[in-house]
Amino acid sequence: MLDYLLRRFSLLLFMLFALSAFTFGLNYLFPGDLLTNFSGQINTSFSQSQMLEEKYRINENILVQYGAFLGRLVEGDWGVSLSSGQTVFSHVALLLPATLELCFYALVMAVLLGIPAGIITSAYHKKWPDRIISSLTLLGFSIPVFWLALLLIMVFCLGFGWFPMSGRIGLLYEIPAVTNFILVDIWLLNFPYGGQAFLDALHHLALPTIVLAMYPTTVLTRFTRDSMLNVLEQNYIKTARAKGLNRRQIILDHALRNALLPVIKQIGLQFSTLITLAMVTEVIFSWPGIGRWLIDSIYQRDYPAIQGGLLAVSMFVIFANMLADLTHSLLDPVSRNQSHGKV
Amino acid sequence: MVTAMTDLITKHQQYINHLWISTFALFATACSDIEQVESASKTQGIVYCAEANPVSFNPQVTTTGSTIDIIANQLYNSLISIDPVTAEFKPELATEWHISDDGKKITFKLRKGVEFHSTDYFSPTRTMNADDVIFSFSRLFDVYNPYHFVQDASYPYFQSVGMDQLIRKIVKVDDYTVRFELFSAESSLLSNIATDFAVILSEEYAIQRASKNEKHLFDNMPIGTGPYKYKHFLRDNLVRFHKHERYWKHDYAVDQLVYDITTNNTTRIAKMLTKECDITSHPSATQLEALSARKDIVVDKAVNLNVGYWAFNTEKPPFNNVLVRKALAHSIDFNKIMQAVFYGNGIPAKSILPPSSWAFAAQNMPVYDPAKAKAYLSEAGFPNGFEMTLWAMPVSRIYNPNARKMAELIQSDLRQIGIRTRIVEFEWNTFIERIGRHEHDSVLLGWAADTPDPDNFFSPLLSCTATFTGKNPANWCNPEFDLLLTQALDTNELSMRKKYYLQAQAMLIEEMPLVPIAHGVRFQARGSDIQGAQLRPFGGVSLANVRKGEK
Repeated sequence: MLDYLLRRFSLLLFMLFALSAFTFGLNYLFPGDLLTNFSGQINTSFSQSQMLEEKYRINENILVQYGAFLGRLVEGDWGVSLSSGQTVFSHVALLLPATLELCFYALVMAVLLGIPAGIITSAYHKKWPDRIISSLTLLGFSIPVFWLALLLIMVFCLGFGWFPMSGRIGLLYEIPAVTNFILVDIWLLNFPYGGQAFLDALHHLALPTIVLAMYPTTVLTRFTRDSMLNVLEQNYIKTARAKGLNRRQIILDHALRNALLPVIKQIGLQFSTLITLAMVTEVIFSWPGIGRWLIDSIYQRDYPAIQGGLLAVSMFVIFANMLADLTHSLLDPVSRNQSHGKV
Repeated sequence: MVTAMTDLITKHQQYINHLWISTFALFATACSDIEQVESASKTQGIVYCAEANPVSFNPQVTTTGSTIDIIANQLYNSLISIDPVTAEFKPELATEWHISDDGKKITFKLRKGVEFHSTDYFSPTRTMNADDVIFSFSRLFDVYNPYHFVQDASYPYFQSVGMDQLIRKIVKVDDYTVRFELFSAESSLLSNIATDFAVILSEEYAIQRASKNEKHLFDNMPIGTGPYKYKHFLRDNLVRFHKHERYWKHDYAVDQLVYDITTNNTTRIAKMLTKECDITSHPSATQLEALSARKDIVVDKAVNLNVGYWAFNTEKPPFNNVLVRKALAHSIDFNKIMQAVFYGNGIPAKSILPPSSWAFAAQNMPVYDPAKAKAYLSEAGFPNGFEMTLWAMPVSRIYNPNARKMAELIQSDLRQIGIRTRIVEFEWNTFIERIGRHEHDSVLLGWAADTPDPDNFFSPLLSCTATFTGKNPANWCNPEFDLLLTQALDTNELSMRKKYYLQAQAMLIEEMPLVPIAHGVRFQARGSDIQGAQLRPFGGVSLANVRKGEK
């Protein structure tokens, strides 16, 4: 196990190195002044620029510059956003939780719906529940997220007026940000406004979560189904059946455990897809998350913000993948023997 | 097999039941607390959907209309204001004022007992007095004022109308009397003091910030005397104001005023339909019908003093050649723009001034004539055209509801005479900043008046001082033109002023630093339960009297 952990860890280090080198390189690739790209300070006075040059080691060789860059990354000095004048790190700290929150609920929903659906389809292989669910998943798999989001807004927000179409909570509810996870913050405040704020936040969450959960739900359903069918073909299941175990015992006690192993790995891998889809969802539902901010920053050519946002998101995806990998290897001893790490 | 499934389901059912019970328990406990909390903190308030982030919370340092709409009339008061109907001056923080015979001394008597905002970052110990007035105005022109150089000493409105060059000093006669002493009498000074920019700040607060070495926070965490006080600003998200409990004028302001920052026009309308917004600014003309068809939404309409124009960077070749500017002006089809962009809700411009201004005189405007345009181009030495950028503002304003579309129309018109254009767009505040640095070739922009005085259309926009402060999008500095403006300001005689402004208007069309395109009509959509949000013909939005729920 230790050997395995070491291998993973070295892979992680390499990934982080590649990522930081890429982000560092972006400063040179972006148009505009190198110092501005690094710091986000424009129209600096002479003494200010000198101070910045000193701090960013602009006049020394590229390795020293890269070292200084890494040092600042670790310190949390990610420069200043060109458009807002506030530090990039403060933006990220504020916005990343909103995105993670949305992704987390969507993932929970996908797991709660997708895995049971997958089990049902495999239990009724080639019968009507299988056919219905499989066609539905195919449909869900092929619907583009933005289109689904707009459709739901058309029907449920503008048509029936059942759901709000933007934001995380009604703006008149004043929830001071502590963790920036809105439900947690409301809980920490002991459900202000008599629980109305909590209900309102759930109300705002509903549509974006459904939209975002659509794709991973279908993936998990199909994955669980395939994996279950695969396991159900195995000899030990046949043996169990021959021993006279009933179907419930076979599926729940014997097949499911083994079939879920690859699914667990898949859950972790879904996180990267989710973050990408979350960006689209955030823009459409005006969800104040990092995706919307990143897209705005690209539109405004806010180079320090683009760097910081990319770095935060990719770092998060790498860690999430690594975590999923570790969980998987804890549950499945066989996978620890893989000699090469992969991401 | 069926039994297996039912087994499975019942087992799940147990979990689900369990879940439901705990959820209900949670709500039950939450609900028992409800009554107490609810009475303590009501969610009464109004959500206003605004089109852009505020750039600052001090109206002195900006002229961006979208910012002034949010901050000026909500957080602050000025000494006097202009009645939107009669255009006469009305007392605000000054109860009376007196101008000396030579016009060089103006004395204001201040209102007593005006309280500043009390917030979590400042508690005032005294009411407003002469010191606050002197501090607020001296910041604009007095280099010894400790705040003069905060924010790069940029006070675009006051500098462009030359107010910083006009005031000699401000004298404190007693605690509630101040006297402005001027270098020369100027007819537009009172109306400039009545604009949304000339707000009264708290001197006590300024001293407190300065003593903590936090001058940079002064403009972003505002203290004023207006009906609402600042609570919170989250960029791209919201601005939250609370009621100022001890507002001197009245105490029926709503508990909370929230600005939902929604840059997209369509989203703003959609939020109106889903009731996420109570009021929205600038609904686009295409959607007006959809809005007025709803019983629960009212669309207000008001004439407004404004102009949308197409300005050329006259310092940059080839736009420094008047023939080129004329060629461009003759190449665009104004009628098509009026139909496609304003949907018949605008007035085609006949001068830079709107027809409702007293100094207005219809000019001989350029007409759509590609042949003539080509002739001008050849004469200027560009028979084969050239390449240029056309900057289109990204937000919808009264004077230009859809600059992008207008830019596309102009682009296709210019292609007819062989000019290739690239449309440039940025986020609004970045856009304004870059235009201020004159990075553009040409720009679609506009101006909404702050006072009914015609000078408001000339000095802040096209004077030489406006060029230096980055407010002159045409980058046009013409001494003759400036002389006309000064002459018009030096006299109080209406007929003389009118004469000078007529010449100035004619000169603009002759020199064509910008092409006036249209005067927009101001729209606002509100829920039918919202009262007291009137539109004014000039200046920013005022929500001081807005109320909800009374039919």
